[in-house]
Amino acid sequence: MKARVHVMLKNGVLDPQGEAVKHALGALGFDGVQGVRQGKVIELDLAEGASEASVTEMCEKLLANTVIESYTVEIA
Amino acid sequence: MHAAVLVFPGSNCDRDLAVAFQAAGAKVTMVWHKDQGLPEGVDIVGVPGGFSYGDYLRCGAIAANSPICGALKSHVERGGYALGICNGFQVLTETRLLPGALRRNANLKYICKTVPLTVGTADSAFTSGYSKGQRIDIPIAHHDGNYFADDATLAQLREEDRIAFTYGDNPNGSVDDIAGVLSQNRRVLGMMPHPERAAEPSHGGTDGKQMFAGLLDQLVNA
Repeated sequence: MKARVHVMLKNGVLDPQGEAVKHALGALGFDGVQGVRQGKVIELDLAEGASEASVTEMCEKLLANTVIESYTVEIA
Repeated sequence: MHAAVLVFPGSNCDRDLAVAFQAAGAKVTMVWHKDQGLPEGVDIVGVPGGFSYGDYLRCGAIAANSPICGALKSHVERGGYALGICNGFQVLTETRLLPGALRRNANLKYICKTVPLTVGTADSAFTSGYSKGQRIDIPIAHHDGNYFADDATLAQLREEDRIAFTYGDNPNGSVDDIAGVLSQNRRVLGMMPHPERAAEPSHGGTDGKQMFAGLLDQLVNA
């Protein structure tokens, strides 16, 4: 089974990379981009029977820094 | 005083930090990240600057979960001292031994220059050689030094006089210009600037020297 973890900076935490991407899009003439947030996607290849709870534990312990980041887990 | 300096794959300020401790009169042992424990009788653990594990995932995140960091946590829980500089500060926030986190610099650039700092408190073994409000010049060299803590944490840091250093001219977007913070028991300091790179005249400045001299003074007489 596969799990996909999305890690994003929390709302309210300034995302300088997202801001830079937003400006670059504006410079390319894409009007109306009101905000850009950049995050990361981590794909995990897991043995059958692995639990979503174990993926949550991985996020809490390593994959996300919950001081500044939030995460969501998608099991495929 | 016996100092242990941790060495991770990608650390590059470990020797500089060891030299600064030694110059102040400390005995220094280098400790490899795969070691499970610290040497007997270590008073202070230095977590050096560099790019531990290539800064993969997040700066300091993988180092924070390495075997030696288990020993570092136990050392701190027993009341031991720790000094994290640059990547070492990132490791200390990732281990949650210090509050907050370090984000990408607001201008997205790697910044390497000497910057003015203001000493926020002289009430710690690290800063006892300075006076509160003193201006010192210390080099920074980082891409991810933009300190963040939520409002409640910031209020607590201020209330408990735990902001060790602030930037004179905020280079990286850190909240409240914070360059370094202390733990609640004042025995753990994390800071982005490099005092070990301003510890002898040939460095171009010696404003970092008092940190190591002050530490030795406090820990030997403790």
